[in-house]
Amino acid sequence: MKHLLSAADLGHDQAVAVLDVAEEMAATQAREIKKLPTLRGKTVVNLFFEDSTRTRISFETAAKRLSADVINFSPKGSSVSKGESLKDTVLTLGAMHTDGIVVRHPASGAPYQIAHSTWTDASVINAGDGTHQHPTQSLLDAMTIRRRLKGGQAGQDLSGLAVMIVGDVLHSRVARSGVDLFTALGAKVTLVAPATLLPVGVEAWPAEVFHDLDRALAEAPPDALMMLRVQRERMSSAGGGFFPSPQEYAREYGLDAPRLAALAPHALVMHPGPMNRGLEITSEAADGARSVIVEQVANGVAVRMAVLYLTLTGAKEPGA
Amino acid sequence: MSYLIKGAALPSGRRADIRIAGGALAEVGGPLTAGPGEAVVDAEGLVALPGLVDIHTHLREPGREDAETVLSGSRAAAAGGYTCVHAMANTNPVADTAGVVEQVWRLGRAAGYVDVRPVGAVSVGLQGLHLAELAAMARSAAQVRVFSDDGQCVWDPVLMRRALEYVKGFGAVVAQHAQEPRLTEGAQMHEGVVSSQVGLAGWPAVAEESIIARDVLLAEHVGSRLHVCHVSTAGSVEIIRWAKARRIDVTAEVTPHHLLLTDERARTYNPVFKVNPPLRSSDDAEAVRAALADGTLDVVGTDHAPHPREAKDCEWAAAAFGMTGLETALPIVHQLMVETGRMTWQDVAAAMSARPALIGRVADQGRPLAAGEPANLTLFDPSARWTVEPERLQTASGNTPVAGWELRGRTVATFWAGRATVLEGEVV
Amino acid sequence: MAATEVLDGPDIGRAVQRIAHEILEQNHGPEGLVVLGVPTRGVPLATRLAAAIKRVEPGWDQALGRLDVTMYRDDLSRAPTRAVGRTELPAGGIGGIDGATVVLVDDVLYSGRTIRAALDALADLGRPKTVRLAVLVDRGHRELPIRADYVGKNLPTAAAERVRVLLEETDGRDGVLIEGAER
Repeated sequence: MKHLLSAADLGHDQAVAVLDVAEEMAATQAREIKKLPTLRGKTVVNLFFEDSTRTRISFETAAKRLSADVINFSPKGSSVSKGESLKDTVLTLGAMHTDGIVVRHPASGAPYQIAHSTWTDASVINAGDGTHQHPTQSLLDAMTIRRRLKGGQAGQDLSGLAVMIVGDVLHSRVARSGVDLFTALGAKVTLVAPATLLPVGVEAWPAEVFHDLDRALAEAPPDALMMLRVQRERMSSAGGGFFPSPQEYAREYGLDAPRLAALAPHALVMHPGPMNRGLEITSEAADGARSVIVEQVANGVAVRMAVLYLTLTGAKEPGA
Repeated sequence: MSYLIKGAALPSGRRADIRIAGGALAEVGGPLTAGPGEAVVDAEGLVALPGLVDIHTHLREPGREDAETVLSGSRAAAAGGYTCVHAMANTNPVADTAGVVEQVWRLGRAAGYVDVRPVGAVSVGLQGLHLAELAAMARSAAQVRVFSDDGQCVWDPVLMRRALEYVKGFGAVVAQHAQEPRLTEGAQMHEGVVSSQVGLAGWPAVAEESIIARDVLLAEHVGSRLHVCHVSTAGSVEIIRWAKARRIDVTAEVTPHHLLLTDERARTYNPVFKVNPPLRSSDDAEAVRAALADGTLDVVGTDHAPHPREAKDCEWAAAAFGMTGLETALPIVHQLMVETGRMTWQDVAAAMSARPALIGRVADQGRPLAAGEPANLTLFDPSARWTVEPERLQTASGNTPVAGWELRGRTVATFWAGRATVLEGEVV
Repeated sequence: MAATEVLDGPDIGRAVQRIAHEILEQNHGPEGLVVLGVPTRGVPLATRLAAAIKRVEPGWDQALGRLDVTMYRDDLSRAPTRAVGRTELPAGGIGGIDGATVVLVDDVLYSGRTIRAALDALADLGRPKTVRLAVLVDRGHRELPIRADYVGKNLPTAAAERVRVLLEETDGRDGVLIEGAER
């Protein structure tokens, strides 16, 4: 695997293989000595054009646990504001003999463009691009679900499981990569959102769509329920006017006590973070026994170690 | 200089020799014998078309000479078989005064490759607030007959109504860039399945169709003439078909890229495929091909939109809209419409020469190839094969969407007002 | 391709049996013995070896595990990406090898680089008293100063030849083959 740009690029077998490696990486993280020499001598740049301390720290931890040298570069505060282009930034990194570039960018497709450009021959890992993809988030979600509901043994997928994603699907890269990955792993995916927060074209996605959360919970009971972050500013006219008020959103689509009680006993509550407590999820749900939100974060490091291992080792393919 | 073109196929299919002398077609028929000092052009196997007329070209000068100049754009036009182009008004300064349109017109004359017909802006500074001095532009040396805020939609229905009414005084036309601005804020590509997957903000078809629907009704109401730029959706075609059935005086254009390409191209995130209006679905592309074939869409306009490399060498969302087209339009129409039997060469001559000349009220262009007519014609070799290499094109910009493609058919010679601007495939 | 079988199933069984005795003899019994197989074929060999030790010393706690060395290899940028295997330590888990006599088990000893990686991996897991190495075949061509303590069979080979160990558990039958067109 040279790059990880989209969950859609992972077929069933490759996705399972990544999760298997992630489980092995997780096993090493229970040891006293957590550091592995695997990527010694490799340089990984965390190129974050958009703030995300959580994701950046997760990648940084993963790279350091594998003994890579890590450089954090957040052009937002430096050269981009002076007008340096994506191209020049990447050319600069290339000149420094970077092996891997972890890219977070507000523009959909920026990691794809870097990977397919002549600007660098480094491996590119998408750490979230615009409203497109966030493949490592979906991998850590899948790892969490697989481990909790299937046992986490090597070779397992998510077949027979139902995953429900609720909220702002339109603007969510987590939802897009989730639908791609979970369905590739054999799960059934259900999306729940007001039509304003679903993209035109969603009918072609391999997912069932509901506009009514209570009906969805009754008719397609989930094994894993994933609540997406909703940005409050989306309700204003300037923000697009996607919903009338936070109160109405919370009433219609928030995970509250009655909805929590309606879940099957084994069902998991998930959230990619950061949460808007009281909007898409109540504290009762976020902190309850079903919540695996903290576990998701822990699994994030293992998944990113696996992805770094799989993209940065291996002989260079001819011409790559 | 006089020329004798031997053995060309006229649009009708009839073989003829053509003598060019004194800026006119002296004789068409034959066989003709070369006179003393007359250059003979062997046109065996070539199709002779009246010089092409582009109703929609961006020459960028003044203001963005890094993308294109009137000279480089004129050479590109000639290389593509054109003898007349309409230069859009979104220059810097905007072509919204007699002074600017006359400057562009004079630059065209100085370049000397095609008839450069400036388009005047509808509103001052393309701001969509106040009518520009349309009459002054119409009565200037440039004799502007097409007004457009292209790049921007004349969104205000009152301003659009006034423009349609006002241009009646000098027989001009308003060419609308149909794009409802609120529905397309931040829009990056066609809104549909592909946009939902690649995560780029959608430009819905309805944003084009709603403006066209409004405009044809306005044109009917005030009894004026409307031209719709770059029609891209099946719904727009239906509205125009309906308007024509009602005898509303509307004409419409389609670009080569909307005939050829679809939104699937956005999956590459290559900004060369970012264009406004966006590449649409395959159903839309088929609808505009069918509409061009049946005449619902009157003309092919290139919307040739050169951009410097840095405007495309960036994130999709940050890239400029637009692609070049002058040098590839005729081969694309040939492949898509003629080879497939959907259009004859007479249809092509109408859609790419006669009708655009009529829309732009260009008297000496788009004329039939007959004795006594102005010597504007192009010779096209339908059997030629060539690979599009951006750096070898005449346009100063490299943003062709068909870079690396092998195209079928190529302009061999172009004559404008009796002068050869292209001979043996080379601009002269 | 020409393949010569240099050990058959009974040969392998005898070699494992002999190594078990040698280990017990050198260790003066089973005290503190931990047997770790190096994937892939070191794992079933370690299982067989542990069983053989147990037959001689039924009181042994049969401390058996597996040590995946993938993430410690020095050729990760040269070979195709390898699947990462599982490391499992015997009861006691992390720290369970502290003070133990660890016997690493692999099928073929060649350059020594796998064992170098295994020693590094072991060091991250604890501090054994002694580390010993048992291999079914030593084919020579060492690139590092590493030697085996227990060897099933020394096989002088040419570098161009390939030694293939087949085991019932992974390959359906037991045998050791040498492949190489020039032999």
